Amino acid sequence: MVTVSTMLDVLIIGGGNAALCAALMAREAGASVLVLEAAPKLWRGGNSAHTRNLRCMHDAPQDVLTEAYPEEEFWQDLLKVTGGQTNEEMARLAIRESSHCRDWMRKHGVHFQSSLSGTLHLSRTNAFFMGGGKALMNAYYRSAEKLGVQIRYESPVDRLEIENGQFVAAHVGNERITAKACVVASGGFESNREWLREAWGQNELGEWPSDNFAIRGTRFNMGVLLKDLIAQGADTIGDPTQSHSVAIDARAPLYDGGICTRVDCVSLGVVVNKNAQRFYDEGEDFWPKRYAIWGRLVAHQPGQIAHSIIDAKAVGRFMPPVFAGEKADSLPELAQKLGLDVDAFMKTISDYNAACQVGTFDHAVLDDCHTDGISPVKTHWARPIDTAPFYGYTLKPGITFTYLGMKVGESTAVRFGGVESTNLFAAGEMMAGNVLGKGYTAGVGMTIGTAFGRLAGVNAASAAMKNIVNLEGADATT
Amino acid sequence: MQQLEALTQEAAALARGELAFSALPLTANEQEVARQLQICNACRYCEGFCAVFPAMTRRLEFGKADIHYLANLCHNCGACYHACQYAPPHEFAVNVPQSMAQVRAQTYADYAWPKALGALYKRNGLTVALALAGGLALFLVLAVMIQGSLLHAPLAGNFYAIFPHNLLVSMFLPIFSFVVLALALGVRQFWKNVTTQGVANQHTGQISSSAAVEASTDVLKLKYLGGGHGEGCNNEDDAWTLWRKRAHHATFYGFMLCFASTSVATVYHYVFKWQAPYALTSLPVLLGTLGGIGLLIGPAGLLWLNLRRDPNTADLTQKPMDLGFIALLFLTSLTGLALMLWRDTSFLALLLAVHLGVVMSLFVTLPYGKFAHGIFRSAALLKWAIEKRLPTNLKLGGD
Repeated sequence: MVTVSTMLDVLIIGGGNAALCAALMAREAGASVLVLEAAPKLWRGGNSAHTRNLRCMHDAPQDVLTEAYPEEEFWQDLLKVTGGQTNEEMARLAIRESSHCRDWMRKHGVHFQSSLSGTLHLSRTNAFFMGGGKALMNAYYRSAEKLGVQIRYESPVDRLEIENGQFVAAHVGNERITAKACVVASGGFESNREWLREAWGQNELGEWPSDNFAIRGTRFNMGVLLKDLIAQGADTIGDPTQSHSVAIDARAPLYDGGICTRVDCVSLGVVVNKNAQRFYDEGEDFWPKRYAIWGRLVAHQPGQIAHSIIDAKAVGRFMPPVFAGEKADSLPELAQKLGLDVDAFMKTISDYNAACQVGTFDHAVLDDCHTDGISPVKTHWARPIDTAPFYGYTLKPGITFTYLGMKVGESTAVRFGGVESTNLFAAGEMMAGNVLGKGYTAGVGMTIGTAFGRLAGVNAASAAMKNIVNLEGADATT
Repeated sequence: MQQLEALTQEAAALARGELAFSALPLTANEQEVARQLQICNACRYCEGFCAVFPAMTRRLEFGKADIHYLANLCHNCGACYHACQYAPPHEFAVNVPQSMAQVRAQTYADYAWPKALGALYKRNGLTVALALAGGLALFLVLAVMIQGSLLHAPLAGNFYAIFPHNLLVSMFLPIFSFVVLALALGVRQFWKNVTTQGVANQHTGQISSSAAVEASTDVLKLKYLGGGHGEGCNNEDDAWTLWRKRAHHATFYGFMLCFASTSVATVYHYVFKWQAPYALTSLPVLLGTLGGIGLLIGPAGLLWLNLRRDPNTADLTQKPMDLGFIALLFLTSLTGLALMLWRDTSFLALLLAVHLGVVMSLFVTLPYGKFAHGIFRSAALLKWAIEKRLPTNLKLGGD
């Protein structure tokens, strides 16, 4: 065991957005800061490297943001997507932070761009990072290095040494790193297949659903510190099966598939499971408002597999998918290519086609094309699937991040038996569950990470500075 | 069997010149660009950096002409590589600057006129070296033949005493005309292909004045080495730098000033019948000196930056071409300035022969070297300026 006695003020564990926001704020407050990133440099940034925007409150148009997105509307949106499983104080804190953090972000080299083509619906609510989240992380790392923040890659922390609720040291392999205060921002546990298996268990068919999940983000979020803190008695929040989860192309890589594996044609056609049966209203609402529920929907289907079926009428109306779909000149041929029972598939499609009440198709509004007399219904954009060529995209659940985390209040201090630690703080996915009990809305993960990362950094720095005074006092008496 | 038949028919049609360019099979490099753009088009995070990505979003698939167009629209700034969540070591292995550079090199050769000389791109270091050696030898030998010796009594800068004006005109005018013709025919074919054979926006050949103004501004300001945010592009790592833009500006405007100097001198000669040498304070000499200084600093900067460039974002097989062109520009300027400084000494003939040899080698290699990038990129920027003014035929859900 090597004890690194660095007289370090603030230790940041993690290397994503929340971690770097904390590191930068702590450094700006005058603390010495060390960042321990589990990943090698080329994979740094955790899930933040896959993000693209920040959901932002604003009362008037700003550079890349159109119109206004006031606090109350943002709050109502959160309330809706979480079904009330949120904490209003924490949520409003994050929302208000989002209204004034962008100048600070710019100061550290982050650039914003207008909403991307195909995302006009987000131009009012979300500020896009130019180049996306990896460019943002590059800017933060560069700024941190310039300010004298030490950064160590490939340094996964195995456990924390905590005494009476106070952080003492972090253990990285043989090394024991002490610091006066610590921010844990090392993400959820989504990359830990064992833990996912444990959380999701077996379904009624005897399947282990999580075995068929892809992880859309980093492979480094193993939840090691989450588990360690839980074992040491930290207060938690959130259900381990809750996560940000979307339906992605089944050919997506196991990790780091990111945004491009999304399949955006669901609302333009029908979705069937491996028994060729429909199971949910594909046209319930605009796709951007619904894509985040489809991961869970598919997870509950047999084999955790579904197939999005469209015809030629849908081509050019959705974001181009990264993998070409199965293409066929007839529906039976498509069923065969997708490995579906042809008769069952043909019955599902003909029932659906016969039930379509086509009015005026308009994908930009909740139009009047719907089905009549089938279950589940399709409430909008229902048009018969009848124009060759036909396309099928096989889907599986893709997890972005898990919501189980540390229960914290506005100080972001980790709690043990309801008592706040004075020098251990949590930020990012490790505590996002306080705001997101379930559901998701685009860009809110970065809102939470930025807001609480910045707060945790300031609080850790101030805890460390107080400790300096205490230590000096202690020294004087010995 | 059917496939074979189709291929045979295709080949026969191609031989008869009936087959559209767009029906030609993609080369390996082009396939790689198409593969990567399919990934980019599903991501789009880099839209703000340059014109390539907004142009990409107007297409759902990428044919040969689209790939040629986009490859030449790419300025190799490197921004998208450093921002890319799918860059190596990710298994998607997206590296747009490198794959575009590889196709770009291929297009220079493909569109070269006459076609056979496209091969000169492939061993461009050798091409430049031979041209330089040939140019130097030619003028040194000529000087000796005319003058009897490379050294002589000072001639007060009167270089026509060594190489008569008409001799120089008769040597450079045909070469210059050939250069203009070769580049024009090459870019004409490129323009025809990218404006009529692309997957999307097939009819983008009509040039409006606003598009022409925008494209010219983008060229003259090197807009797309600005990173989209004005802080510049990448060079050795993910930091932004304006030095590539500045060094290129010094090179480009230095070159243009030298060109202006020659043009003014031509007007002096033919219109006003004023014979060279001109005074140090005359317009041709002032323009030439200023341009020459730009053409020293610029290429030196580009060389320094080129050697420090992140090798991951570059096509390393093009290094000899890049460095060869930079070297010729630098030598042109260096020998030109030396000639001006020592034109009153007995080294005039030697300095003049060396300068003219370098200039000749620069000229003959213009249509078959790095210079071509300016021509093809300008054409691609013009197409983008036209295309962006047209409505898109895609109706993506979110819009």
